[in-house]
Amino acid sequence: MSVGLVLVSHSAKLAEGVAEVAAQMAPDVTIVPAGGLPGGGIGTDYDSVVAAVQRADSGSGVVLLYDLGSAQMTAELAVESLADPSAVGVADAPLVEGTVAAAVAAQNGADRAGVLEAATAAAAPPELAAPAEQATDCVELTLTNEVGLHARPAAVLARSLAELEAEVSVRLGDQEADAHSVLALMALGARKGDRIEVRAGGPQAAEALRVVQDLVEDNFGDPA
Amino acid sequence: MGCTPEGVANALRGAAAVIAEHRAELIELDRAIGDGDHGENMNRGFQAVVAALDSALPETPGGVLKLAATTLISKVGGAAGPLYGTAFLRASTVVSNQPELGAAEVVAALRAGLEGVRARGKAVEGDKTMVDALLPAVAAAEKAGGGDVAAVLSAAAEGAATGAESTVDLVARKGRASYLGERSAGHLDPGARSTSLLLAAFAEAAR
Repeated sequence: MSVGLVLVSHSAKLAEGVAEVAAQMAPDVTIVPAGGLPGGGIGTDYDSVVAAVQRADSGSGVVLLYDLGSAQMTAELAVESLADPSAVGVADAPLVEGTVAAAVAAQNGADRAGVLEAATAAAAPPELAAPAEQATDCVELTLTNEVGLHARPAAVLARSLAELEAEVSVRLGDQEADAHSVLALMALGARKGDRIEVRAGGPQAAEALRVVQDLVEDNFGDPA
Repeated sequence: MGCTPEGVANALRGAAAVIAEHRAELIELDRAIGDGDHGENMNRGFQAVVAALDSALPETPGGVLKLAATTLISKVGGAAGPLYGTAFLRASTVVSNQPELGAAEVVAALRAGLEGVRARGKAVEGDKTMVDALLPAVAAAEKAGGGDVAAVLSAAAEGAATGAESTVDLVARKGRASYLGERSAGHLDPGARSTSLLLAAFAEAAR
């Protein structure tokens, strides 16, 4: 089972919206929004957060993300009150980017520390630097799916490469993104009809390129 | 004379009455530099503390403080819930199961509460928060530590009042008010004000 996520926000709508975005990229991860007060007002509710942590925990641990200051305090207090605080971590990360990165990491099977690290790393601007110096193979592809390298396709791409021993980058114009980073891929803003250049290095470079090519030709699983 | 569970409970009932009386004032202070819910949240929390104490009074002062802590955490919300909740929780831990608290224990409880608030909110003196009221309160209480409980709490209340006033000129560096920057100066911090009100109520109860 994957690490679960709890989103502590002052607003129920905000927590639900972020959970919705992240769930699209990480369908198997339990993401529990804990936003707003029980009566529907703006604020954070300790009891709701504790209940959300219990719901999110399937035995692999939980990572909490928060929006503003008092949400952080409520999250930290809830963690301290648990029987085993070491199974749960609070991520110091921007809520939207951090949740997306954490969800994808959890979907890929990262442990609690790995999910926390992915969330925290999302605070830094996406890596646009080229990991392609040792690139041995290269292929040019045209995106034919409706939304281009938007959230879900970017996540599918990164996820599909996770198991392979290969460094892969995607280039669009003069920008290049690490293909293992969903946020970096999304930052490219590649759209339908765009021509991307995919470079790969490492022992399984050829296989990685084939995976990307198949995904693009299959419209990332969406109808064309 | 030390404080018994009944004594601590009465101090909390007094605090609830004072917060209810100043509910509108705290709302106004918070509206100026925050989100305006501090008075409402504190009132809801302390009324819930009174209700909890009425239904079952714990057997030790530490137990009373712990009941107040868990109730405040659940009912207050905002930043004040976890902050005051942590303060009361740490205070309850430091007096453990003692049947009655003397001046030294009250000082230790105040100090533990301050350390809890600092750890939870990561605020330092001068950030325009409740720490600016609590820190001088604890310093004054420690100075008066040789006296009785009433003297300790009365010194703490005076320290808190002076400390709270000092927040008027400060620029907020924590919480919602920090987003206002320079515009936060010229207003009394609502958290520092509620801390000062609570300690005044405790001092009054011990008199």
